[in-house]
Amino acid sequence: MSDSEYIVQAKNLQKSFGATPALQGASLEVKRGEIVAIMGASGSGKSTLLHCVAGIFKPDSGEVWYDGKRLNDMSEEARTKLRRSAFGFVFQFGQLVPELTAEDNIALPLLLNKVSRHKAYATAQPWFKRLGIEGMEKHRTGEMSGGQAQRVALARALAIQPTILFADEPTGSLDSLASEQVMELLVDAAHQQGTTVVLVTHDPRIAAYADREVMVRDGKVTATNHKAKVVR
Amino acid sequence: MSASYALLGILGKQPSYGYDLKKDYDSYYGKEKPLAFGQVYATLSRLLRDRKVTIEQTTEQSGGPERKLYAITSLGRKDLETWLASPEKLHPNTQTVLFIKVVTSILLDKDADAYLDAQKAAHIERMRQLTVVRREGDLAQMLQADYALFHLEADLRWVDTTSARLQKLSKEIRSER
Ligand SMILES: Nc1ncnc2c1ncn2[C@@H]1O[C@H](COP(=O)(O)OP(=O)(O)OP(=O)(O)O)[C@@H](O)[C@H]1O
Ligand SMILES: [Mg+2]
Repeated sequence: MSDSEYIVQAKNLQKSFGATPALQGASLEVKRGEIVAIMGASGSGKSTLLHCVAGIFKPDSGEVWYDGKRLNDMSEEARTKLRRSAFGFVFQFGQLVPELTAEDNIALPLLLNKVSRHKAYATAQPWFKRLGIEGMEKHRTGEMSGGQAQRVALARALAIQPTILFADEPTGSLDSLASEQVMELLVDAAHQQGTTVVLVTHDPRIAAYADREVMVRDGKVTATNHKAKVVR
Repeated sequence: MSASYALLGILGKQPSYGYDLKKDYDSYYGKEKPLAFGQVYATLSRLLRDRKVTIEQTTEQSGGPERKLYAITSLGRKDLETWLASPEKLHPNTQTVLFIKVVTSILLDKDADAYLDAQKAAHIERMRQLTVVRREGDLAQMLQADYALFHLEADLRWVDTTSARLQKLSKEIRSER
């Protein structure tokens, strides 16, 4: 199963919040190295799907397979470990610690993975140049612009060299030029590291950076663009 | 039509030979779709006939046809400037066709959502190609791809809004039947 072409498979996921059904039989398959965009109207269940696939939410029913392992069967501890070592996350807001400097923020997940302090900061360093924010190492992220902070968030997610990156509206708070720059960086870095990317967006221009898109409607994945080829 | 103004515009900067005109045109506008020589000469002869350009100089070439240096006339420049100052008419065709398909789906009790999703996928597919052009091309290609991308995006906003109002639209259409 681990040599399967799919890194992630979600089968028939159901998830309700109280009486509100968020997912009603959603399925998703993502190939290794693929960049997939999840699209759909507001409230359709995109974020819930992403959170279930990333093991942050537990679905009420259905299965999530990651690299041949059934997430449902894993202990909370094992899932946390997996999330820390193999998964990267970029969200619209809030995953950076605003009081910490940019380099502290990037080093943090590495430190949580028990990488030495020296190594963590050395790993963080090249990302500043790569993302065009050199010189901002000691800036507190709470005092950076949205676009700069979003690059730090991207570096933070990618510095652990995740197998798969989950992004929920990663450019949601940025203007079109800044969004475009963040997407360029995300796509380039993902291609270079061979990272699989699953990203939620309602913006078709952002989805156009992906290899293919899936559409969510009323808690189900209704359409998958099978025609789209992985162009590298 | 727009090719003829594009050529006139290039001549507006300086007189040029047909061959150089084509080269310039292709480098500004035709990287994806170069202009055929036949079209360049057909357009030039039309512009000559309409007195918007003139042949400024003819040079003999040993063994080949003579080279003609084309230049814009004052009539041509006036026309060019009027054209530049007038806004383009919008092309409502895409929207009309999309709307007809939605209404027809409803009339035939077919799944209009499925059609809209398919349309969306087709649009995004085109946007994906344009995004590649944008990422690999020079600034001129990038700006042209942007223009197309923003138009496709506008179509998609319409698709999304229509999709959100499909139930209401179905009701209205069915009550009119
Ligand atoms: N924590 C929660 N508590 C209660 N209801 C929730 C919660 N999270 C999501 N929902 C509900 O589940 C449904 C799907 O929400 P979800 O956040 O997945 O939508 P979305 O597609 O990401 O929307 P958006 O584009 O607005 O972010 C919605 O009806 C929402 O109100
Ligand atoms: Mg969401």
